[in-house]
Amino acid sequence: MGSVPAWARGYVACVVMAALACLAPLPDLRGPWGAVGLLAALYAGCEQITRCRFPGRRAPRDIGTYEGSGGCPLGWHSPLLLAGAFLLSPAAAALVAVPGALLARAERRPRGLRRVWRAARLAVAVWAASRTHRALGGEDTVVTHDFPYALAPAGAAVLVLCAVLTLLDGGILALAERVPVRNAWRGLFPRSIAPVAVHGLAGLMMAVLWHSHHGPLAALLVLLPMYVSGWVFAQYHRERAAHQATIRALVQAVDIKDGYTRGHSERVGQASMMIARELGMDDERVEVLRFAGILHDVGKLGVPTRLLRKNGPLTPEERRVIELHPEYGHEMVRGIGFLGEARAAILHHHERMDGSGYPYGLAGHQIPECARVVAVADAFDAMTSTRSYGRARPVATAVEELERCAGTHFDPVMVQAFVRALERHGWRPAVTADAPGQSGNVPPQGAPARAEAGS
Amino acid sequence: MRHPSVVLVHGCAALTAVAALAHTLWYGLDERGPALAFGVLVVAGELARWRGAEERESAPLGAAGALAYALLGANGGEPTRHGVAQAVTVVMAAALVGCVPHVARGRGSTADHLARRLLTVAFAAVCFQPLYNRGALAEWSGPPYVLLLVALLVLTTLCDAVLAAVLARARTGWPFGPLLRDELRALLGIGSAVCATGVVMSLAVAVVGLWALPVFSLPLLLTQLAFRRYAAVRTTYRQTIASLARATEIAGYTPAGHARRVAELSRAVGRELGLSEPELTVLEYAALMHDIGQLSLVDPVPSGATAVLPAEEQRRIALLGGAVVRQTGVDARVAVVVERQADPYREQPVSARIVRAVNAYEEKAREAGPGGPLKALEELRLGTARDYQPEVVESLARVLLNQRAVTSGVPPGDSAPAALRVKGGGGRTAV
Repeated sequence: MGSVPAWARGYVACVVMAALACLAPLPDLRGPWGAVGLLAALYAGCEQITRCRFPGRRAPRDIGTYEGSGGCPLGWHSPLLLAGAFLLSPAAAALVAVPGALLARAERRPRGLRRVWRAARLAVAVWAASRTHRALGGEDTVVTHDFPYALAPAGAAVLVLCAVLTLLDGGILALAERVPVRNAWRGLFPRSIAPVAVHGLAGLMMAVLWHSHHGPLAALLVLLPMYVSGWVFAQYHRERAAHQATIRALVQAVDIKDGYTRGHSERVGQASMMIARELGMDDERVEVLRFAGILHDVGKLGVPTRLLRKNGPLTPEERRVIELHPEYGHEMVRGIGFLGEARAAILHHHERMDGSGYPYGLAGHQIPECARVVAVADAFDAMTSTRSYGRARPVATAVEELERCAGTHFDPVMVQAFVRALERHGWRPAVTADAPGQSGNVPPQGAPARAEAGS
Repeated sequence: MRHPSVVLVHGCAALTAVAALAHTLWYGLDERGPALAFGVLVVAGELARWRGAEERESAPLGAAGALAYALLGANGGEPTRHGVAQAVTVVMAAALVGCVPHVARGRGSTADHLARRLLTVAFAAVCFQPLYNRGALAEWSGPPYVLLLVALLVLTTLCDAVLAAVLARARTGWPFGPLLRDELRALLGIGSAVCATGVVMSLAVAVVGLWALPVFSLPLLLTQLAFRRYAAVRTTYRQTIASLARATEIAGYTPAGHARRVAELSRAVGRELGLSEPELTVLEYAALMHDIGQLSLVDPVPSGATAVLPAEEQRRIALLGGAVVRQTGVDARVAVVVERQADPYREQPVSARIVRAVNAYEEKAREAGPGGPLKALEELRLGTARDYQPEVVESLARVLLNQRAVTSGVPPGDSAPAALRVKGGGGRTAV
């Protein structure tokens, strides 16, 4: 969000007003200022630790939510907020979140607006949660350690917290990030309820121990497991990003070696995914098929570049060498466990329905389903993208060609599914490698090809 | 044949278990409710156990539950009366039940795991229960009591780390120091979460009763989930790097399996030389990708053997390899090792020295046919003036000797050829 739309500014202003209204009863508060100060200072301290120790932890996806502890919209230190909500009056609980959120650094511009938004969002949500907790008589159950009855108000408070956060985050997604309105709220609540509930339990335990004769020190020990899981999740995200960057670099090397404009492999991955979705496969299989598409030509790393880019007709000998690439690819990725049936797709993506393909000349349903999907996706993108020696054809021509060859080369079921998917969603492949600002780990383009150009 | 220290540890654990069981059977079980609740918790924790690649504590919930029971002073405001023997018995019974599925599926070293769990619980209980039951801790209320529990658990986990390192040393023969260091480093991760959870559970049960157990198990399960996902993505990443390394083999630049063999041997040598776990990972990745620079050559080097090329050419290939590794987004330290693998050893970081020596050994041993390993080691020893670090070469010789002993089933020293056994210039006696 380089320029913030006026609507979004108005929205943030409204939320800030609401937050101020939540904080309004503060001057009359005669409550435990020591506890408020301690919790607020701890929250701010944890926020700073997060910034130093978990670099790159937050996804730069949207303005307010954090991507971190398993999809939790709060940080690992949110038990502090919830403990505040269970211990203090609503206004005081809302105050706990404010200094930490205001002091935390925002990664992207406009930083000031982001900070204010985060503080206001948390203050409103925590106020609502605390208010719910009080209304259900949670305060007494915490003081008298009345288990299991303390769980009910705490559970209700967690639900309210999650609902308010979902509501506010969806609004900012729709207004500032221009996510379509019907998509803005989708999945936010189910994704965040489980981690927030776990944090809620930790917060409840903190509140109870805080009130007991063991005192705040015991309560702080609750934070340690949360810190460790936050730290490990950050490592997990870093390692996963590195892994994706490695795969991306690998397929870019293949694309460049093969003379495609870059992104061919990723586009084949997207087309495979579209077909798989259209066929109603489950999410896990769709993801495997995406990888099958992305890595389908990885065996070309083993084929000399001069053969791949040769302009004239190939001799039978040269053709045989090129036709080894599915087997090379299969040999390479054989040891990667998570690819599953994608490995079969890599081996068989040049088989044809009439049995005239390679490497094994399988026919019809002998060819694994995933290989039939990738074959259609590969042929389509080969026709519609520019190669070093050929112009791209329009989508309509490519679809005609696919339909003409359905039954002989391609599985008609896959072709029909792809045509339906194209009619529904169109063909707007977004290749992550092209997107500026996402190139954190991604190497500059073209370099692997330079390194291999002589081979 | 078992290593004496393994026998000692298992013997101690068995003796403790028998004594505790006999005591409990004789005097009966006090306070069945808490015993059952903690027993169930430990069983659940053991059932959720997993074999992580890196993490030492594979059943954090089981460990936390067991330690909390050993340190349990009160239940819902009422003092408890269970003693050391009962704590050990309950944890042992629960851990045995929880192990059944793992044993049935034939996974994991269950005996070591059980012995450690039993001894740590016994240690914590012996330190705490007699003091508490005699009323010596009555005036320690509030923060001092919390700090006492924390200190006790820290001490317990330190002992556990030593125990784990002793067992690992006996099983693998790797040096004790680095093993202990890795165990202690793991303590900072999941170990601290286990300690904190153990203390919080024991305190929370004292305040609110047994309801605290399910409530505070979930955060630790979240931690375990985080570790599992991290371990899974690390495994996947390692497999991807191994595939990338296979690109040179498929392109016909290096013989099949070369990168994998160099990686395994490098890891063993690095372990022998006392590298830490993160350093070993960098070393392994670098060893897997050490030949990747060859992808940029016009013609393959005959059978991929870079060790016989002129030094300038070797260095050029190494630099190209470093450039490729940088582009793949792998850790920059890996790229440095790949780049420096052809430098004289005095200018290299230690990982690059290992990769250089092991790669040269692998290539020479392969070319020389039968008796190759001996000839290769001999050649490496002749090159220790400039190319290969003498310590690395000797460490490699020891690792090979151990591997021979393991594969042929003969203890080292009995049948090993002199060239492998004798240090320094002993290679001359090669058969």
